[in-house]
Amino acid sequence: MKFLRPISIVLLIIILACLPMVIEKDSTINLIILMFLYISLASSWNILGGYTGQTSLGHAAFFGLGALATRLLWIDGFPIFLSILAGGLLAVVFAMLIGAPAFRLKGVYFAIGTLALAQILSVTVANLFPTITSIPVEDLVAYELAPRYYLFLGLACLIVGAAYLIANSRMGLGMMAVREEEDAAESLGISALRHKLLALGFSAFFTGLAGGAFAYYHVSYYYQMPFTPIWSLDMLTMVYIGGQGTILGPIIGAVFFVGLKEFLVRNLGEYHLIVFGVLFVLVVLFLPGGIISVWKKVRDALTRRSKSNAAKLSPEEES
Amino acid sequence: MIEAVVQNLVFGVLLGALYGLAAVGIGMVFGVTKFLNVAHGELLMFGGYATFWLFNIFGLDPFLSLPLNIAFLLLIGLVLYQLIFVRMVKLPEEEKIKNTMLVGFGLTLILQNTALLLWTADDRGVTTSYSGTAFTLLGIRFPYVRVAGLVISLICLFALQQFLRRTYTGKAIRATVEDWEAASLVGIDVKKVYLLSFLIGSALAGVAGALVSVTFSVEPAMGMHWTLKSLIVMVLGGAGNFMGTFVGGILLGATESATAFFISGNYRQVVGLVLFLLILIFKPQGLFGAKES
Repeated sequence: MKFLRPISIVLLIIILACLPMVIEKDSTINLIILMFLYISLASSWNILGGYTGQTSLGHAAFFGLGALATRLLWIDGFPIFLSILAGGLLAVVFAMLIGAPAFRLKGVYFAIGTLALAQILSVTVANLFPTITSIPVEDLVAYELAPRYYLFLGLACLIVGAAYLIANSRMGLGMMAVREEEDAAESLGISALRHKLLALGFSAFFTGLAGGAFAYYHVSYYYQMPFTPIWSLDMLTMVYIGGQGTILGPIIGAVFFVGLKEFLVRNLGEYHLIVFGVLFVLVVLFLPGGIISVWKKVRDALTRRSKSNAAKLSPEEES
Repeated sequence: MIEAVVQNLVFGVLLGALYGLAAVGIGMVFGVTKFLNVAHGELLMFGGYATFWLFNIFGLDPFLSLPLNIAFLLLIGLVLYQLIFVRMVKLPEEEKIKNTMLVGFGLTLILQNTALLLWTADDRGVTTSYSGTAFTLLGIRFPYVRVAGLVISLICLFALQQFLRRTYTGKAIRATVEDWEAASLVGIDVKKVYLLSFLIGSALAGVAGALVSVTFSVEPAMGMHWTLKSLIVMVLGGAGNFMGTFVGGILLGATESATAFFISGNYRQVVGLVLFLLILIFKPQGLFGAKES
């Protein structure tokens, strides 16, 4: 059965790649793009917040920096891929500058500290770039949704794939060890700071790339908009809804987050955020492991049952 | 010139008193229960709107309506605690902080959008007959309303201090802060202590909100701003140290005003945040906190 998994993943990507040829409505395409963006963001955040256990409330800074660098370079005439890469790298540079001092803070103080850092950057950007940025008219004429769609699809695949590789590497095991018990990890020769910095670096880089893609996609916005703390909160929310420290969790969380919000907006109008808040509180209270924990519980119960059935059928093997 | 500087400082201190009061509320809850209620700013906002409604509909003076305001916030606090927070009392500390923070974000959404429905997105303020008046001392203007804010904040702080020091319940709260397991062993009802602390925190948010609505204005999206300020000030002063927290608030207010005066109003928030980060990194126990072993 194990070989089914890569096949189904490839199939899923092929289906997703074919969607723009089938779907006519731009709004649906935009919705799927939004899902890809949020999958990318949640998976990036999860590397630091989920696998390494460092709850960041400052990821809007990386997203914003990626968007800022990409937007400025791209509108200046640089090729889009280089611009996005520059956005990712700028986010890493900032992450490495703040990393060592920020990791002197533990737990909730790290969360508040990163929130403050992002807020500093947000206010500064609002002061330095107080205007709206719009795609120039000549580019706007050539604006097409399909290349954006594939960019976001590629980005989501890249980030989820990278997160999978990281989580299954020696480095990923180190990160998880740091998350579970920092002192114990240190005593085994795992440098906590090194692993936290690595996690932050990857997490910031991918968040920056997502910011770059956002800058390529969004027609006009205030430069400050991608820096606002709501982005950080959304990343955290999605990862918790889906299930932190797993590969599927952020994907489920992002799809659920975007889908539910869209559904609520359509059906409840101005009440949608209240209902969304209530649902979120319920998930935190009653599903502490996120949606994925339900699936895991069901699966465990099923395998246990089939195992006990097997045991009943052949009692000799047990002894 | 010197007068302008002093005037600016005075306004900074008066604003800082409100920061301090808001932070004492969030610090009271966090210090005792380890609930990080990031919806504290939203509670403050509801306090502000309560005053606004009592003034606009019933013509009640914003200072005289404070008891009603407090009662309203106690009710909200009670409902939130019994519906939501009581379920997280037994979690281990780190998980408790994280989960209450998450729940707080959810509450932020709920309360903010409820306010949007009830009062629209407009700025609402309470303008009384004495709102613009001030007395002058040595050439410095002291608006009555803001000075009253400082005085009321100090009264709240003093009352809280006395309550914690002199009463049996206050001592039970302090014992729970020291070690909740030991406290429950000697017969203190820890759950009751938690509820009480949460209610005190909510009531303080209500008072702070009332004062904000009189001195400035309230709007549905203000919560985040005040939560952030409260958190910063709580960390500045050292969690659990209310005098320190209050002084931290005044320092932040003064720093912000000085920044607005000497550098630019656009950066007033930034300098406060930078200061906060530096203290957080180099003196994590807070400006006035005792060094932990």
